[in-house]
Amino acid sequence: MLEIAGISKRFGGLTAVADASLEVREGEIVALIGPNGAGKTTLFGIAAGFIPADGGSVRFAGEEILGLPPHLVARRGLVRTFQIVQPFAGLSVRENVAVGCQLHAGSRAAALGEAAEVARRVGMGDLIDRPASALTIAGRKRLELARALATKPRLLLLDEVMAGLNPTEIVELLPLVRAIRGSGVTLLLTEHVMQAVMSLAERVYVLSDGRIIAEGPPAAIVADPRVIEAYLGRGAAQRLSRGGHA
Amino acid sequence: MKTPGLLALAVLLALVPLPLLVQSGFWLQFAIFTLYFALLGQSWNLLGGYGGQRSFGHAAFFGTGAYAAAVLQVDLGVNPWLCLGLAGLFGAAAGGFVGALSFRYGLRGSYFALVTLAFAEVFRIVADSVPFTGAGVGLQIPLRQTAANFQFHDKAGFYAVILALTALATAVAWWLENSRFGAELVAVRENEDAARALGIDVNRTKLWAIALSGALAGFAGSFYAQYFLYLDPRLAYGVEVSVTALLVPLIGGAGTVLGPLIGAVALRALNEISSTVTSGAPGLNLVLYGALLIAILAFLPDGLVSLIPRLYRSRLRNA
Amino acid sequence: MLQLQILLPAVLNGLATGAVYALVALGLTLIYGVLHIVNFAHGSLLMLALYGVYFLYTLVGIDPYLALPIAVPLMFCLGYALQRSVIATASHGREENILLVTLGLSIIIDNLALYFWTADTRTINPSYAFETVDFGVAFIAVPKAVSFVGALAVTAVLRLLIQRTDLGKAIRALARERRGAELVGIDVDHVYAMSFGIGIACVGAAACLLLPSYYVHPGVGESFVLIAFTIVVLGGMGSFAGALVGGFVIGLTESLGGLFLGENLGRIGVFVIFIAILLFRPTGLFGQRA
Repeated sequence: MLEIAGISKRFGGLTAVADASLEVREGEIVALIGPNGAGKTTLFGIAAGFIPADGGSVRFAGEEILGLPPHLVARRGLVRTFQIVQPFAGLSVRENVAVGCQLHAGSRAAALGEAAEVARRVGMGDLIDRPASALTIAGRKRLELARALATKPRLLLLDEVMAGLNPTEIVELLPLVRAIRGSGVTLLLTEHVMQAVMSLAERVYVLSDGRIIAEGPPAAIVADPRVIEAYLGRGAAQRLSRGGHA
Repeated sequence: MKTPGLLALAVLLALVPLPLLVQSGFWLQFAIFTLYFALLGQSWNLLGGYGGQRSFGHAAFFGTGAYAAAVLQVDLGVNPWLCLGLAGLFGAAAGGFVGALSFRYGLRGSYFALVTLAFAEVFRIVADSVPFTGAGVGLQIPLRQTAANFQFHDKAGFYAVILALTALATAVAWWLENSRFGAELVAVRENEDAARALGIDVNRTKLWAIALSGALAGFAGSFYAQYFLYLDPRLAYGVEVSVTALLVPLIGGAGTVLGPLIGAVALRALNEISSTVTSGAPGLNLVLYGALLIAILAFLPDGLVSLIPRLYRSRLRNA
Repeated sequence: MLQLQILLPAVLNGLATGAVYALVALGLTLIYGVLHIVNFAHGSLLMLALYGVYFLYTLVGIDPYLALPIAVPLMFCLGYALQRSVIATASHGREENILLVTLGLSIIIDNLALYFWTADTRTINPSYAFETVDFGVAFIAVPKAVSFVGALAVTAVLRLLIQRTDLGKAIRALARERRGAELVGIDVDHVYAMSFGIGIACVGAAACLLLPSYYVHPGVGESFVLIAFTIVVLGGMGSFAGALVGGFVIGLTESLGGLFLGENLGRIGVFVIFIAILLFRPTGLFGQRA
């Protein structure tokens, strides 16, 4: 469904992404992981149309979308969430989600009605008339999710949706993410929280210094020496396999 | 969300028979100026309150509408009522021009405010220099007091027009509160990137908002020209218009239907009171305006309308 | 092409006027360019300072240049007090409200001036006002030459302040990263107020250097405010040298614009530059790339 091929992006002298390629098939949950600064959010930004790329291609449902402005990408069904949550702070939860609903709903009234339903799905039914600014971090993450869901996306780019949550909140969010896929939405997520990756993802890509260095099922990735070195430094894999410390 | 809008329209409806009820010209004049302030304020409110793009140069749209109405009438003999409509179009065009440049290049916040001020100044200097606006001397609309000519001997005629225009502006604000476009505009105000990620074309939304805002400001300009029958660059494009345009909704409550109405009443009342107290000394009522602005920002940042909790809180509880 | 005899004096005058504009803008460079306090009252405070210097001359007999040691500290205190007590509290620290609060201040100051001192234009005529300095190709009035030197001096002082003093370091830290500055123990409110005070102190100096060759009336602030912002933005926001150069550019634009387009239309050049810079090159001529 989503084919990212050979994407490159330089910011001045810094190469953020170098010849990165990945693929997400319909109905999958795919994770993109990598050490900090690897370029994950940049890649997301490029795919969603927020950041221009220096080269490569992004094909969504068979159509080339690289270069399209973000709102057109969203309208085609590729919707992203933000790593640092971006609520409509002055609006209520219902009004926030309704903006997402409006992409498909016929009228504002219909959107507001639908919003209640989406909020309930995400577990925010009792918070629906609270101002978004009054929510906790976990609440805002759910709101971000709800808003994106409201647009009836085909593929959702979840940018570190678990970041900033405590272990309880993470455990509470996992089934929701699975349920979203179960409702027919394909998922590509970036994560640092390995528990989420292991538990959710069917396939994992590893990005390091802007390059894809590994791909495979989670179990294989975790044991891959190149991946270990990317996170823990050169020679770490060897030291670990010898039974010592990294 | 229905309550404040309906209340506003109800108030305006109730005002219709005013000329029949009051004998004194003073109250009629007060009502006319208050409604005129409300119109100007509501126009700013569309862009600055609902849209969050606070312009410091609304005079650019006001003055363009005013001059359009005046010049078309005087030089081309166009029917003055038609000029009113055309003034709206010219105001919208001025808005579109300023918006197309400013939004295309991503100007926001203070930068946007200052750039709109600069545009207004450019327009003022151009109007001051070109012959067809009468340059510095100004433009006079010949006196011909017939209703067909959009001039009235009895102020009640002007009252009816400004009441209708303000009702129109208020209806537009009410429409914003309840329409898809309005929801998109507010989303843009709150967070542009999030809006984009949800499929909203941010630039187009802002452009429509500024054009709508400019149209209403253009109507206000045309009314001004018809009422005073005289325009010069300072009156049309000067800072005082721009400041009034933003003071009214900010004091009353930006981003609400009632805000500009309340703000207009507050400012005009303040004006009358201070004129009486200081026996018409120049500038003192403006000092009070400035002080009121600072006081509102400090203590009641959501404007006077937030003093009426039932009307205001209902904003957040949806319809 | 116009003859050199007409062009050259226009250029020199433009530079001299530009120096004066730069003087006014230098304070705003610190306030707005460095700390992003959008001080819309900058022109009004200049007007206030001009009246102050005017009355010192007409009522007490102090020559404007000698009034520097009085005007500068007084304006500093005024600036510090305004920022600390009015601007910071009324705006609740939000940038979009700072512009409105300072707008309110400018309205109050401008109209109080109108009420107390009427709309009469006032000038002073010190003995040296009409003496000129001979540059061979043109004559420049002494007061203008003095302001030129003054502008260079103030630029140098401000640069030294920002680069070499502890306060300057604190200001730069605050401008970069407010939270971080708070965390290392910088008294943020105090530093903001100090910067504002210094910026307004510059306005005081500008008034002393400006009055001999200029005039004062309540509307003066309004005409200076956009010019000052234009120079700050043109010069690249936080750069004092940039503001100086920006001042010259604006002075020249006005002078040459007036020459080619007539006095009225000539003014348009400044605003067109402002718009163009904001649209196409918001980092200004000397600013850092965003």
